[in-house]
Amino acid sequence: MIENRPLLTAFSHAVLILGVLAVAFPLYVTFVASTLTLEQIMTVPMPLVPGTQFLENYSQVLAAGSTKGSKAAVSTMLFNSTVMALVIPLGKITVSILAAFAIVYFRFPLRNFFFWMIFVTLMLPVEVRIIPTFKVVADLGMLNSYAGLTVPLIASATATFLFRQFFLTIPDELAEAARVDGAGPMRFFWDVVVPLSKTSMAALFVIQFIYGWNQYLWPLLITSEESMYTTVIGISRMLVGGDAANEWNLIMATAMLALLPPALVVVLMQKWFVKGLVETEK
Amino acid sequence: MEKRVVFRSAWLPYALVAPQLAITIVFFFWPAAQAVWYSFQLQDAFGLKTQFVGLANFARLFGDSNYLAAIRTTAVFSILVAFSGIAISLVIATMADRVLRGALAYKTLLIWPYAVAPAVAGVLWAFLFAPSIGIVTHVLKGWGIDWNWIIHGNQAMLLVVMASVWKQISYNFLFFLAGLQSIPRSLIEAAAIDGAGPGRRFWTIVFPLLSPVTFFLLVVNIVYAFFDTFGVIDATTQGGPAGATNILVYKVYHDGVKAADLGGSSAQSVVLMIIVIALTVAQFRFIERKVNY
Repeated sequence: MIENRPLLTAFSHAVLILGVLAVAFPLYVTFVASTLTLEQIMTVPMPLVPGTQFLENYSQVLAAGSTKGSKAAVSTMLFNSTVMALVIPLGKITVSILAAFAIVYFRFPLRNFFFWMIFVTLMLPVEVRIIPTFKVVADLGMLNSYAGLTVPLIASATATFLFRQFFLTIPDELAEAARVDGAGPMRFFWDVVVPLSKTSMAALFVIQFIYGWNQYLWPLLITSEESMYTTVIGISRMLVGGDAANEWNLIMATAMLALLPPALVVVLMQKWFVKGLVETEK
Repeated sequence: MEKRVVFRSAWLPYALVAPQLAITIVFFFWPAAQAVWYSFQLQDAFGLKTQFVGLANFARLFGDSNYLAAIRTTAVFSILVAFSGIAISLVIATMADRVLRGALAYKTLLIWPYAVAPAVAGVLWAFLFAPSIGIVTHVLKGWGIDWNWIIHGNQAMLLVVMASVWKQISYNFLFFLAGLQSIPRSLIEAAAIDGAGPGRRFWTIVFPLLSPVTFFLLVVNIVYAFFDTFGVIDATTQGGPAGATNILVYKVYHDGVKAADLGGSSAQSVVLMIIVIALTVAQFRFIERKVNY
């Protein structure tokens, strides 16, 4: 604290509280709506205190989805989202750490070329190659499958960079000592590199968990069967158009189920989350 | 930077990079090359015959008033999202940097929207502002504002901007807070001793020192507005009304998937690729130079 200005401090708190409330307001209204009946929501203005339909609404969507829009059970969707949110980070970490290890700890022809190939993928997000990527996945028979949902999203330049940057900071003496003791490269990888990389892995995992859980465009393209919908897709399939026609109580219950797992990960693993966010952007 | 100590093996490094390269080639390079290839082709209505048409798809694209409108919409949208998102989070981060009591609680309560999927953020805001039943709509109607984003283009734009900014504030906030905390206290103290008040200190010391972070966030937010907001748009306005929120990414999806115009959509993809490459280069040039005063 540079100087004591009680008025300014009070003002800072006021701005922060206002910010917190503004940020939380949509979430609160969503939660309230998920505990009301549809009739209660339709009375304008809707009540702003939680109702009594919590169990009814949530068990309805978990077991059978909405009644007018998609009738797919949200429990299946939650499972599919979990698969994406776990397989993508684990796959990304595995594939990237191996590639980064090769690029840092070996000299071989085409090394720089491979590095640039990985680098260039930063410039090719799914959004700019929608149709041809869809075709490739269709030709490989991976539509409506877990492999199709996850494998194309596993390659990641940012994760490879993160590991490369980290490996460059590992003292050369460790590799030297390992070699003197007769350890091969894979022994060194398992016994030295992997244990040292645990912090980076945890940080990456948190960020990529959220990335996998929140995927939208990709599952939208390649899933047409209800049994393969993720939770986020499920919500958009429940919107049948016209805000009076939507079953908002069920949609909002599904929205709560879609946003709680990643939000909890962010809040509970805040340290790893912040670290991952700052490091992957370097 | 290079390692002095390396391992030797004729095959191992290739085996180690193979999984990543395989995925990269099959799902990144091959489709991107096809997008470029299709962008020079014209397909007949039944998808039976294709014909090489050179730059005709691009000429058609830039002669199409809808596409030009989408470029304008994207520009307006990304400027609104980037500037309001950065301004709001800078204010909040500056305040959070000042307070000692409750700092961690504020931080925790401000960062969680990062975890919300853009499509879900869109649904949340669409519900608050729903034309007939929305709670905020009700308040606005009380003030005599005719709120209906399904009819009014500007209101639809405002809605998707609010939903997109809401989701992105936490990200900007974290980077600004880290930037603020890395500013040496001695600089601020020296200015305070010289009699500069908090406002003066902010504009002459803090804000210039934050410029690298601000520039970085500007690029990141523009990329976010260009690409990641697809979910917000698809779950709320779907580009409407009358194209008022039809940003470039949404148009690629709509023309390619729903209207099945392969050549036109691929030409749009190629234009987008060029934009991404430009933005990525801007970002990396900056990171290398670490702009500072």
